[in-house]
Amino acid sequence: MSSTNTESGNPSCHEGTETGQHHHHHVPGGSAVSQELMIEGAGCASCVGKIESALKAIPGVENAEMNFAQRTVSVFGSAPAEQLIKAVEGAGYNAKISLADNEDDALAEKEKADWAYYKRLMREMTIALSLGVPLMIYSIVVGEMTVTSTGERIAWLAVGLLTLGVMVFSGKHFYVGAWQSFKNHSANMDTLIALGTGTAWVYSMVVVFVPHLVPEMARHVYFEATAMIIGLIDLGLALELKARGRTSEAIKRLIGLQAKTARVIRDDKELDIAIEQVLLNDVVRVRPGEKIPVDGEVVEGHTAIDESMLTGEPMPVEKATGDTVAAGTINKSGSILFKATRVGKDTALAQIINMVKRAQNSKPPIGRLADVISAYFVPVVMIIAVVSALTWLNFGPEPAVAFAIVSATTVLIIACPCALGLATPMSVMVGVGKAAEAGVLIRNGEALQTASKITAMILDKTGTITLGAPKVTDVLVAGEYDEQAVLRLAATLESGSEHPLAMAIVESAQERGIETGKVSNFNAIAGHGVQAEVDGKTLLFGNEKLMRERTIELGDFVEMAQALAAEAKTPMYFAVDNKLAAIIAVADPIKEDSIAAIKRLQHNGIRVVMLTGDNRATAKAVAKKAGIKEFFAEVLPEEKSKKVQELQMEGEVVGMTGDGINDAPALAIANVGFAIGTGTDVAIESADITLMRGSLHGLADAIAVSKATLRNIKQNLFGAFIYNVAGVPFAAGVLYPFFGLLLSPVIAGAAMAFSSLTVVTNANRLRFFKAQEH
Amino acid sequence: MMIINIAGLALIALIVWWFWLYKPKEAELGENDLVITVENGTYSPSRIKVPAGAPFEIKFMRKDQSPCSETLLIPELQISDTLPLNKLKTIQLPAMSSGEYAFHCQMQMYRGQITVK
Repeated sequence: MSSTNTESGNPSCHEGTETGQHHHHHVPGGSAVSQELMIEGAGCASCVGKIESALKAIPGVENAEMNFAQRTVSVFGSAPAEQLIKAVEGAGYNAKISLADNEDDALAEKEKADWAYYKRLMREMTIALSLGVPLMIYSIVVGEMTVTSTGERIAWLAVGLLTLGVMVFSGKHFYVGAWQSFKNHSANMDTLIALGTGTAWVYSMVVVFVPHLVPEMARHVYFEATAMIIGLIDLGLALELKARGRTSEAIKRLIGLQAKTARVIRDDKELDIAIEQVLLNDVVRVRPGEKIPVDGEVVEGHTAIDESMLTGEPMPVEKATGDTVAAGTINKSGSILFKATRVGKDTALAQIINMVKRAQNSKPPIGRLADVISAYFVPVVMIIAVVSALTWLNFGPEPAVAFAIVSATTVLIIACPCALGLATPMSVMVGVGKAAEAGVLIRNGEALQTASKITAMILDKTGTITLGAPKVTDVLVAGEYDEQAVLRLAATLESGSEHPLAMAIVESAQERGIETGKVSNFNAIAGHGVQAEVDGKTLLFGNEKLMRERTIELGDFVEMAQALAAEAKTPMYFAVDNKLAAIIAVADPIKEDSIAAIKRLQHNGIRVVMLTGDNRATAKAVAKKAGIKEFFAEVLPEEKSKKVQELQMEGEVVGMTGDGINDAPALAIANVGFAIGTGTDVAIESADITLMRGSLHGLADAIAVSKATLRNIKQNLFGAFIYNVAGVPFAAGVLYPFFGLLLSPVIAGAAMAFSSLTVVTNANRLRFFKAQEH
Repeated sequence: MMIINIAGLALIALIVWWFWLYKPKEAELGENDLVITVENGTYSPSRIKVPAGAPFEIKFMRKDQSPCSETLLIPELQISDTLPLNKLKTIQLPAMSSGEYAFHCQMQMYRGQITVK
C-alpha cells in the first residue's frame, strides 16, 4: 500500500482548493509579485477602468486587473500595499487587503440562512401534517377509505383539492426540484418524493373523478399518504438541518479564535484597525488578555501566551524578543509589540482552518462504494417501482391496481439516497474536527482511514521521542575546580560556536546566571573539539582522542565517561592548561510524556520501533528508557525510508513519525506520515497527519479518533443500507405472498424522513469522543 | 394487460435512456463568464466543456437553500469547497489533461461534469 502523501502533496492540487481568492494569473512582465485588494463602493462596471488606471499609475505596478463580479482587483508589481489602497481611495473607492473570505461573516450569514430555511420547513411541515394526521386517524378508524357514493365523491374531491394545496404550499420544492433535474437528465431525492406522492394523489383523483376506470374493489384514495409523506419529509429535513449545524462545531470554534481588530503602530500612532487591514511588517501591540491578531515576531516586551487552542498544550508558553507568536492565541501576562510576519490567509490559524475544512469534505475510501451506489440509485429505484407495479398487476390478488399503486409509491418513498450519501461525510466532518480540537490535523479522509489500521509505528528519536535540544546533564570536576568555574570557562570558550552541544553548555551557564568572559585565539579542531585562550589560560574541549593526542592524563575519568555514554549521554573532556578539569556530559532528554504515550501505543497492540542516526549505545539506552524493544541505530537520513519499507515488507501497516522536514521521504513512503511540531511553526502540508503539539500522545489520539470515526462510518453505512436497500424489496411486497404483509406508504415516508436524521445524529455522537490519556 | 406490460417496459426503457444514455449538450466555457447556478436540486448548466492544458476558473452561484447543495466536490482534482448562499464563488481549476471530471455535492444528488478536450 502506498502513502497518500505524494499524491495529495501536489502543490497545484492544493492551490485549486484555496478559498477562491488566491489567483494565479498570468503575470505580465514576468514579475511574480501579485497582491489582491477588495474594493468597496464600486457600483458600476465603469468603475473598473477608473480603479485599474489609478493603480497602474503607481510606479512599480505593472498591471492591475479588476474582477467586477467579485469586487476584487489583482495588482502585479512591487508597490507597497498602503500605496495601492491610497490610490484606490484617491479614485473615490475603499479598498482593503483581500483575506480568505471573511469566515466570521460567512458563518453568521450561513446560520441566518439556515435558520430561515428551518423555519420555512417547520411551517410547511405543520400545514402538511394538520391535513395528513386527521386523515390518517380517519383511515385507521374506518379502515380503507373507499369511494362508493356520489356524496363520498364530493367529499373526497374537497379533500383531494386540500391535498393539492398542501402539495403546492408544503411540497412545491420537491416538485420543482424534480422537474428541474428531470430536464437536466438527472434524478435525485426530489424525483422520488415527487413521483411517490404524485402517483398516490393522481390515482386518488382518478378514483374520485372517473371511478368506473378502476375495479370496484380498488376504489381507494390515498390522500393521507401524500400529505403525511410531505409533512414527514419536511420535518426530517428540518431536524437534519439542526443536527448538521452541530457537526461543524469544531470549525466554528477555530474560526471564532480569530481576532476581529488589531492595534497597529503606524507613523508613531496607535490605531485600532480591522484585522483584514493589517499589513506585513506592521508593528502590532497586544495587551494582556487580548488575542494575537496575526502571526509575527516579538520585537519588544515579554509575556506568557496560551497556545492551547492551537496546540492542545495546556501550559502557557513564555515569549520574549525574537520569539514567534501565532494568530488566535491569547496573551496572558505582559504587553508586547510584535512585527507581523504572516497576515490574512497565510497565518498558521488560517491555514489550519483551511486544511480542516478541506479534510472535512474529503472522503475515505470506505465511502466510495456508497458513492457509486447513490449515483445510480434513483433511476434504479424508479425501475424497481415499475417492475413491482407490473408484478402486482400481473400476478397480484384483487384489487391488483390498488396493490400496484401502493407498492410503487412505497418503493419510491422508502429509498432515500440521502442517508447512504451522508453516512461517510458526516462522520468524517465530526471526526476530523474532533481531532483538530486535540491538536491533530488530519489531511484527508484517506489518511483518517489508514491511520485506523496502523500496526507498526516508527518513531524518529531526536525531536520526536526526545526534546531535540541537548542539555547539560552532568559536570564531573577534577582537581581544584568547582562546577561554577568550569562552566564559566567552558561557556566562554563555546560562546562563539553554533554546535548544538556548545549551545547546550552556554545555555546551562546562562540558566545558572554565570557571566561569560572574553575568548581569544579560538581554534576549532575538526572532528575532535575546540581550543582557545580565556583569562590567559589555554582551554581544550573535546573527545578522548583529542586529550590523548595532547597527552593529558585522564585517569579513572575514562571509566566515568563510559558510564555516562551507556546512559545515552555524550561526555566531553575539558582541560585547562593541559590538565583535565572536568567531564561535561550533554544529553537530549526524553520528553516528559513520551514514555506514557509509547506505552499507550503498545497497549493498543501497535509495534513501536525507534529510528536514529546515533550510535548503538546511545540508541539502546534511549530505547530502554522509553520502553521501546526494537530500534534501528546508525541509520543515515537517506536510509530512513528503506527502514519503513522493510517493515512494510513484513506486512505491517506502518506509521512514521518525524519532524516533517528531514524525514520527508520516510513520511511520504509510510502508510501514514505523522509530522510532529512544537508549537505553531509546523509545516502542516508536509504529512498526512500533523501533530500540533510536541507530545507523542497526539499519535495515540490520532489513531483513537480514526478508529472511532471509522467505526461510526460503518454504523452509518450499515444503518443507511438497512433503511434504503433492504427496505426496498419489503416495500415492493416480497413478504406479501408469505405473510400477507405490505408496507404502508406513510411508514415508508417516516422511514425515509428519519433515515438521514439517524445518520447525522449518529455522526454527532462522535463529538463526545474523548482520547484517553494515561 | 398486454398493453400495460408493454407500457411498463417502455417506461423502464425510457428511464434508462433519459437518465443514463442521453447526453445533454455541453455548455462551452467562454471568457470567464460562465456561472453555474445551483438551484432546485441541480447545477445548470450541468455539463461544461473546457480546453485542455490551461488553468481556468468556474463560478458558482448557489440559490438553493438545501444544505445538501452547500459542498462542491471535484474528487479527481481533490477539490472540495463550500458554496455560500446567493454569492458568487470562484473555483480555480488547475490545467487538466483531456478527460471527464465529475463534480457533485457530498451525496451526489447534484451532479455535473467537466469535459476537458
